[in-house]
Amino acid sequence: MRRILKLAREKEGLQVLFLIFPSAFWLIVFFLIPLLIVLAISFGRRGTYGGVVWELNIQNYLRFFDSLYLRIFARSVYIALATTLLCLLLGYPLAFLIARRTPRVRNTLLILLMVPFWTNFLVRTYAWILILRGEGLINLVLQSLGLIQAPLPLLYNDGAIIVGLVYGWLPDMVLPCYAAVERLDFSLIEAAQDLYANNVKAFLRVVLPLTAPGIVAGSILVFIPSLGAYVTPDLLGGAKSMMIGNLIHQQFLSVRDWPFGGAVSFVLMATMLVGTILYFRLGTQSGERKKR
Amino acid sequence: MNLSGAIARPQSRRGWGKRLLRGSLNLHGVLMYAFVYAPILILVIYSFNSSRLVSVWEGFTIDWYAKLFHNEALGKALQNTLIVAVSSTIISTVFGTMVALVMERYEFWGKLPFDALLYLPIIIPDIAMAVMLLLFFVMAKMPLSLISIIISHIAFNISFVAVVVRARLADFDRSLEEAAMDLGANEFQTFWRVTLPLLMPGILGGALLAFTLSIDDFVITFFTAGIGSTTLPLRIYSMVKLGVTPEINALSTMMLLASMILVGLSLVLQKGGGRIEIG
Repeated sequence: MRRILKLAREKEGLQVLFLIFPSAFWLIVFFLIPLLIVLAISFGRRGTYGGVVWELNIQNYLRFFDSLYLRIFARSVYIALATTLLCLLLGYPLAFLIARRTPRVRNTLLILLMVPFWTNFLVRTYAWILILRGEGLINLVLQSLGLIQAPLPLLYNDGAIIVGLVYGWLPDMVLPCYAAVERLDFSLIEAAQDLYANNVKAFLRVVLPLTAPGIVAGSILVFIPSLGAYVTPDLLGGAKSMMIGNLIHQQFLSVRDWPFGGAVSFVLMATMLVGTILYFRLGTQSGERKKR
Repeated sequence: MNLSGAIARPQSRRGWGKRLLRGSLNLHGVLMYAFVYAPILILVIYSFNSSRLVSVWEGFTIDWYAKLFHNEALGKALQNTLIVAVSSTIISTVFGTMVALVMERYEFWGKLPFDALLYLPIIIPDIAMAVMLLLFFVMAKMPLSLISIIISHIAFNISFVAVVVRARLADFDRSLEEAAMDLGANEFQTFWRVTLPLLMPGILGGALLAFTLSIDDFVITFFTAGIGSTTLPLRIYSMVKLGVTPEINALSTMMLLASMILVGLSLVLQKGGGRIEIG
């Protein structure tokens, strides 16, 4: 009996090894090791002719506190937060609207919402250049109506980046919110209203806490890619609206200061991690308090 | 009488407020769908505009599409894109499905940290993963080519395939497998004739996701591509950087059409599987 069990266990071990090996190999060699290399490099120093001098100092991380880089960092956080907030303000009511329809209509509305977002991100971003640029649609319409004389500078600024990001990540907010609203028991709202809660109170004390998990999930899904955005600020932002992603690109490909570029990458990842954890805490805490 | 009056009043007020709320919610919905579709429609309309200036409408033409089909560099880019997408999809689908089976069905030492490693490529920002891989290839003295792009795409696609297949495995009815075993099927037969067919919608969904992600990827491809390994997104990017042209509009419309077909295909596939996965 014991021997059979042992054999079975050995066989199972072999199965696990066989199934896991290709992915484990790939993820360790082409993901974990590169990650560790960049981490190691971020403590090094740029050589005189590019390249890396391996050392162990935190110079690159300290350099990040230079006002120039701090400003880029602050702008990135501001843009990501603004994008998240806008997505929430636009997406939450939309999720509500969709969730209150019959299942058939619901599915159609969801698919209709998703279709444009399955197209290439570059194409979707480029479409906004057509709309926002000096000879773009908005300026053309406003000028032909005689509302403005000279074209408005709509493109190549922080506002354009935020519009592009909101457009890019809106479904990531709508879908989790939709899932939360769909699960909501609407008789609870009626109960609150029967107990003389007005609409605002019923929303704040019943609907909002119960859909908080969806809001938290959606916000994280929007905040993370917005903070690490590279394409949108590159195409829609101006020379003065660099984000962390562009800084990393610049340090690696133009300036060739790999150690500093590596340090910036890790600051970006750490910020995302801390932001996500804080937000999760906030979400669950407020949910628990409301429950009590 | 008194009592019912007291109850009725706030309710009628509520009815009015409700209608206002519903009306503004509907209006919001209409505006949101306009916001979502307007840029894409504008793109499509402009692609048929005969004016070189793009913005001003001068008449209908399909010249820009004709030009696309005679653009050799674009043809090469399309070929590269498909080579990368097909090969990375096949490999990551096989690996991802295998690892999904392990994660859902077995307990083993180091499972938790491996799980974290498996999710990391999904969470990590594109740009960070791109520079990591670039640095790795440079240090390993591997030339940047189609191979390095394929390697990178597999590295992020394994995780996405694994997530989709695991979702399917999570609500897998294992009694079907036990039934097959009871009827005398060995382990291999059970896997091949019962587990795999039942898992197929999940695997196909994962493969389709991997294919789409690979075709669409710009950032990671941009950093890991070498000379001569330009893909379609890289080509579009350099065209956009040079300025707005009608050719880009036509190309974008073609890509739009291609993604619509892919989406339609995936919806049909998932309907066949009976369970729709969104996101």
